[in-house]
Amino acid sequence: MIKLENVKKIYADGTEAVKGVNFEVDDGEFCVLLGPSGCGKTTTMKMINRLIPITEGSIYIDGTDNKEMDENELRREMGYAIQEIGLFPHMTVGENISTVPTLKNWSSDKKENRAKELLKLMGLEPNEFIDKYPSELSGGQRQRVGVARSLGADPPIMLMDEPFGAIDPITRDRLQDEFLKIQAEIQKTIVFVTHDINEATKMGDKIALLKDGQLIQYSPPAELLAAPKNKFVRDFVGSDRTLKSLRLMKVEEAMKKSPRLVTEDEPLDEVKDLMKKEDVNYLIVVKNGNELKGWINQEDVQEVSSGTVADAMIEDTGAAEVGTSLADALTLMLERDVANLPVINEENKLQGLLTFHDLQSLIGETYTESGGKHPGVSQ
Amino acid sequence: MRRRIVLIVLLGIFVGLTIWVTQLNSLKYMKPKSYFEIGRQTWNHIKMVGIAELLAIGVGVPLGIFVTRPGMKKFATPIVGTANVGQTIPSLAVIAIMAPILGYGFNSAIIALFIYSLLPVLRNSYAGINDIDPAIIESAKGMGMSKAQIAWRIELPLARPVIMAGIRTSTVICVGTATLAVLVGGEGLGKIILTGLYTQIPLLIVQGAAPTAALAVILDTLLGGFEGWMTPRGLTKS
Repeated sequence: MIKLENVKKIYADGTEAVKGVNFEVDDGEFCVLLGPSGCGKTTTMKMINRLIPITEGSIYIDGTDNKEMDENELRREMGYAIQEIGLFPHMTVGENISTVPTLKNWSSDKKENRAKELLKLMGLEPNEFIDKYPSELSGGQRQRVGVARSLGADPPIMLMDEPFGAIDPITRDRLQDEFLKIQAEIQKTIVFVTHDINEATKMGDKIALLKDGQLIQYSPPAELLAAPKNKFVRDFVGSDRTLKSLRLMKVEEAMKKSPRLVTEDEPLDEVKDLMKKEDVNYLIVVKNGNELKGWINQEDVQEVSSGTVADAMIEDTGAAEVGTSLADALTLMLERDVANLPVINEENKLQGLLTFHDLQSLIGETYTESGGKHPGVSQ
Repeated sequence: MRRRIVLIVLLGIFVGLTIWVTQLNSLKYMKPKSYFEIGRQTWNHIKMVGIAELLAIGVGVPLGIFVTRPGMKKFATPIVGTANVGQTIPSLAVIAIMAPILGYGFNSAIIALFIYSLLPVLRNSYAGINDIDPAIIESAKGMGMSKAQIAWRIELPLARPVIMAGIRTSTVICVGTATLAVLVGGEGLGKIILTGLYTQIPLLIVQGAAPTAALAVILDTLLGGFEGWMTPRGLTKS
């Protein structure tokens, strides 16, 4: 656990870069330091491994004040990755990754195994890359090696300063996804600096939003988007924060778990009665074992007088798989011009139903919670 | 390859000229210098250049690196600046100034040459360290390398080719400048050139100048090869 207690940084010329910041990062938590440039986020991060000395206050690493630790020992227990990567050009990829293991005097076998393991984790073929030099790698590959190097001696804590900042958007997106997958596996305590709100909401378990050296809000991304504390936060997260929170949430969080449904072979007469009784104008059609088949509408039922559901149903109106973000589901609805979207798993088995109405009330909630004073948005 | 051919042709011309002049019966009213005399003066020349260059390396490399250390950076501008000014003064002037101060003799010649050779070594040692991408140093520090580890494992290997290039430039310049060292009492191939000038025998000047040029080409090639050997592999691949 990392705990910052009233941490201040005042430079010799009197500039207060960080003005008394307090927050905690739990073990295995991904904490993003977010803010505009000059807000003190990088300074705050660098005080954790003492690359920048603290002026006042304390930072505790698992309860120990980091001022009481040897600075080099302290840094070897924390992975460090920066935007400019800073790979050592005269060392091979393997030697680069083994930087901290070398400082810790690991045996060469152990170092090599670890380097190969990390390359594999980063999606780089170990035997192809281990003896290459940084100048022979592409930008994305260098970034991967940079992250692998910071994981070199398996430190419990990782400090990352815009590690994906200098690469093209497509590669960045892929690296972010990969890194999230890796993090789910390795469960490091991460302090991650960025100025990109999208990156922050995508990556972080918690976001610390800073401004002028002060911590403005410290909360999980969904809360930051839904309930910005003040105008600065609201402006910083952007006017499209609703869309951003839709991007954060998955369909299964908003869907109805047990929608009304009928099976393919039911006679239409019964279905008509059911619709009248329940006062609904559509039903989802499934086959045995909950396999999604399609829809049936009231108008269609009226036109066909006899037969089974299969004769009147509309097949394939689209569906969202479990894990799809609400933003993508909304796009799908608009594309297909439907107000309801079945949610299925990989085997096409129905899991629930997402309605436009649910989305609407969810969006409404966002604004109500935040005070709802956004101009032009009715509640 | 092309570079190598040019070097071999140049060397052939200079050595050929030397041999041709040396085996002539007489140059106007004088006999040409003997092979022994040319050999002796070449050795003196190498000795002067060698000693001056070793001194320049011994002072220039540590001083250049020293001014890149944190806290010492304020000395960088005055020191590198002074050395720069030293280099802009013509070599003949440096030697002329040194003569009255240090007197005549081999030692004054060495000191004049040393001062003149110092700058490229000093400047490249400073630049070699100073121009390393700060991100490299920051990540080394951030991973817990001590100052000494950063210096030995990162800074010196990365600066080595640049420092070597400075030594190479300095040496080649020094071979030329050393011909002037005879003016303050030095030895070397300059003595043959000077004799040629006094006696107005152009071929005698050639007899001194051609081996000097050959020496410069040889040293440049040798040091160039050494520089390549000293360059870490990752810096040559791309």
